[in-house]
Amino acid sequence: MTTETLIGQEVKRVEDHALITGRGQYVDDLRLPGLLHLALVRSPYGHAKINRIDVSAAANADGVVSVFTGADLAEQLGSLPAGWLLDEETAGMKAPEHPPLAFEKVRYVGDAVAAVVANSPAAASDAVALVEVDYEPLDAVTDAEKATADGAPIVHDDAPGNLAFDWSVGAGDYEAAAAEADVVVSERIINQRLIPNPMEARGIMADYNGGTDQLTIWTSTQIPHLVRLLFSLVTGHPEHKVRVVAPDVGGGFGCKLYLYAEEVICGIVAKQLERPVKWIESRTENYVATTHGRDHIADAEICGTSDGIVTGLKVHVYANLGGYLSTFAPAIPTILFGLMLGGCYKFENLSCTVKGVFTNTTPVDAYRGAGRPEATYVVERMMERYAHEIGRDVLGVRRRNFVRPFKRGHDMPIGVTYDSGNYQGALAAALDKFDYQAFRAEQRAARREGKLLGVGFSTYIEICGMAPSAVAGALGAGAGLWESSTVRVHPTGTVTVFTGTSPHGQGHETTLAQITSSRLGIPMENVEVVHGDTERHQFGTGTFGSRSLAVGGEALMMSLDKVIDKAKQIAAHEMGVDSKQVSFENGTFYVEDIQEREIPWGDVALGAYWAKNLPDGLEPGLEAVSFFDPQNFTWPFGTHVAVIEIDEMTGETKLARYVAIDDVGNVINPMIVDGMVHGGIAQGVGQALQECAVYSDDGQLMTGSMMDYAVPTAEDFPNFETGRTVTPTTVNSLGAKGAGETGTIAASPAVVNAAVDALKHLGVTHLNMPLSAEKMWRTIQDAKEARRARRSAAARRGN
Amino acid sequence: MTTGVTDPFAYHAPTTVREASQALLRYRGDAKVLAGGHSLIPMMKLRIASPQAIVDLRNVEGLKGITANDDGSITIGSMTTYYELITSDVINSNASSIAEAASQVADTQVRNWGTIGGSLAHADPAGDLPAVAVALGFEIHAASARSQRTIASDRFFRGYLETALRPNEILTGVTVPAQGAGSGDAYVKLANKASHYAIVGVAASLTIDDGGICTSARIGITGAGPHAVRSRRAERILVGKELNESVVNRAAQRGGAEIAGLFNDDVHASAEYREAMTQVYTARAVNAAAERAMN
Repeated sequence: MTTETLIGQEVKRVEDHALITGRGQYVDDLRLPGLLHLALVRSPYGHAKINRIDVSAAANADGVVSVFTGADLAEQLGSLPAGWLLDEETAGMKAPEHPPLAFEKVRYVGDAVAAVVANSPAAASDAVALVEVDYEPLDAVTDAEKATADGAPIVHDDAPGNLAFDWSVGAGDYEAAAAEADVVVSERIINQRLIPNPMEARGIMADYNGGTDQLTIWTSTQIPHLVRLLFSLVTGHPEHKVRVVAPDVGGGFGCKLYLYAEEVICGIVAKQLERPVKWIESRTENYVATTHGRDHIADAEICGTSDGIVTGLKVHVYANLGGYLSTFAPAIPTILFGLMLGGCYKFENLSCTVKGVFTNTTPVDAYRGAGRPEATYVVERMMERYAHEIGRDVLGVRRRNFVRPFKRGHDMPIGVTYDSGNYQGALAAALDKFDYQAFRAEQRAARREGKLLGVGFSTYIEICGMAPSAVAGALGAGAGLWESSTVRVHPTGTVTVFTGTSPHGQGHETTLAQITSSRLGIPMENVEVVHGDTERHQFGTGTFGSRSLAVGGEALMMSLDKVIDKAKQIAAHEMGVDSKQVSFENGTFYVEDIQEREIPWGDVALGAYWAKNLPDGLEPGLEAVSFFDPQNFTWPFGTHVAVIEIDEMTGETKLARYVAIDDVGNVINPMIVDGMVHGGIAQGVGQALQECAVYSDDGQLMTGSMMDYAVPTAEDFPNFETGRTVTPTTVNSLGAKGAGETGTIAASPAVVNAAVDALKHLGVTHLNMPLSAEKMWRTIQDAKEARRARRSAAARRGN
Repeated sequence: MTTGVTDPFAYHAPTTVREASQALLRYRGDAKVLAGGHSLIPMMKLRIASPQAIVDLRNVEGLKGITANDDGSITIGSMTTYYELITSDVINSNASSIAEAASQVADTQVRNWGTIGGSLAHADPAGDLPAVAVALGFEIHAASARSQRTIASDRFFRGYLETALRPNEILTGVTVPAQGAGSGDAYVKLANKASHYAIVGVAASLTIDDGGICTSARIGITGAGPHAVRSRRAERILVGKELNESVVNRAAQRGGAEIAGLFNDDVHASAEYREAMTQVYTARAVNAAAERAMN
């Protein structure tokens, strides 16, 4: 018997028909009778004391139902929690109060101070302008390093020096390694602040039934169950009386991974008024009220021998956390950064210290890659910096330092165990597509014609499959990171899969249906995947950290195995054999060598519910629930190659070519993985070339709209040349590592390395992102000026 | 902090220029003309602009269309969209820099809605079409309820979002003068990566005689300063000469000399960079126009 399988097939996404024909249901598409609209009054100041709020004019305006201030609701709203707290003793963790509506002072532009509820969005917006807030502006600080200086304005009185934490991790003895090294190279590396920009901004609708005390919150989130849990903890409304629904969610990139102030405000206001309430975030609000990403100032130092063996890396980081701790903020620049600094290299001495700093800016939390892009950027930039310093080829140096290929675990000095890896293999695959020697010849020829070309590499590794709960818990996680599934077989043999993951563009409805279809031998149309509703399915963790397949997919496999086991018992009873004799393939139960003994899947499903001929003691029904908590993270890797072209006259910098080889283990749907890789590369290249959130010193966001913040578009990119090597993980039976973030992690160092390579002959050793035309023009002008000065000095010495 | 909803406003959609002008008069300067709306409506949603009324020109007769006149000039109605400019044979064969500029405005949606009149009357200092209007010497037609007049493009742009239009005047259209034999025009820009507005945009229109001598030159610059300007000092160096590399570079060094000290300085580009890029792009515009003039 042959097994037809959809695993590894480019099945078209089943989600897309509804979405592209306008039948999607995003929060703003939802309507309830008697719906009210909520708008927020937000601080125009980066840092100010609130002396008084006068809501009388707003409350009396046409169409306004009610106006609430933070003081009105302080008790009901509670304080937003940080869901990941580092050790108080060793890291000095501080988690100051975070009121959903500020009432004593505001700490960033966009901090909400009052909520206006009205009969229409327009009436609510008009009334926002009528709320009079008497602010007393305070000195602000927006730069993480400056915020730690003596005399800097203090954002939270209970966080002296603006320090949320001072965390460190290390391996070996970096200082000893540096003292013995032939070469020590240091560089200040800025990883600029980014604005996530999901296609759909956030939106919330809340409805309360006073008769049952049941509160329903529809919200554009990646984590409906965690929103319910945290909402319940913050407000005291019982968890079992709260339902959270994530309907269609138009992207997240990490910024919908938290309990937000607006979720609490809408829920509590709906409860107070006993009327449904909706808040839809405008893009302008989104830029200040939804979390930002990155914003590291890193001082990095790498040491090694003069012939290319790296012996150590030291990194000190100021991580800007913004005005408050967002839900996962403390984990991002620490666990997800520091533990990644070994890269795919053998060096044994590592020292990392991270100061998490409060500033008068929008809170910073996970953004696609979350800590790993920052780490990879430091590692891959410093590897090339070191190679240039010792005058060796960047690939030769990498090869000398790569960890050898391994299939079943490799212990890294920092204390983590990589699952499987073949870094040489991914680099070789990239060089099959990209002829390195030919490029070097082309680069020399182009330079003679006044054209600047450069190539950059990123032999990255990342940490995915966000799980082992015990490890995460020991590191500060305030929630388990396992994942769950329910497989419910209906009497006709069709199947509903309930997953705890919460897709927002990743295609889980397709991928999980492919797995189910292949395992049960039934058509994909007979499988429905349900997610994003705390009332419809078991507790789940959600979607982030490229975990949905590696953790959620495995939870599905466990439930499928359970229903198949039970179905085999039913089939065996029917056929009068022992269940160990029964095989199951292509949707048919059969006994080897006995042709006539076959029972199709549908008959067994019906039998399970009809229950007229079940084995003794076997319960009717065919359904299983599973919770999967893996023993390790997964560690995807790959090699990305960027070719950059720079206009010497203007500094305009263009991505000319991009080759990406990713190893994400086994792949269920190559088209979906390619889609994620493409999107990730676009975001990573966007960071390298053009995206940057800029604050003025007094806390105004200077890039507060898409007119000023340069989200890349299709015209900014060449065709991406993607490919894969396959090194399955041993952490789950699917062998899948996770594919959601490879591009954002790999791309930015590849692009910056390429730009530095293009200007290397001018003496340029480092460039900070984004590589704007003006920055590149100025770099070229300065480098040429310096070269002229060197030459004339040499000429003078010659005289 | 705005929530993306405008302040309340009255809406008028007159069918004649006369009615439109009267509507503007009625609000004493506190009404805005809607001619596409891709600049006005975002400003209203951000409540940077909160006019009492908007006067939508969409139903006004006779403001649309591109006409080739017998004397070689082209008349363009003010409500003609960027898309219509980009796809017009008349424009592409006689004044291609108009299509070239229009095709670099924002994105497809904006180009389907935005109009030439809207762009010129809004006078965004970084708009694309103002540079071309200056370089091609547009005659800009304005009408009120009672009178009509024509304004030369190099006197039209007066300051930041400020034009020579009077509060009750409607921009009804433009005439692009005949460019004549041996002429060529081009528009090149260094685009802001976010908005796609010009950090610097330069349009050049040249005539070159059979002997290879430049007999006339007009250069329009946008993005660099408070409003689109004509760079006569650069033009003067070109006229009467053969356009070899050294002449073009000398002219380019005078590109934007008229706005020395007035270059925009913001989060997207410093004044120093804009000044340097004005020179680089002046050379590129002149070279591109010269190539077309000689073909």
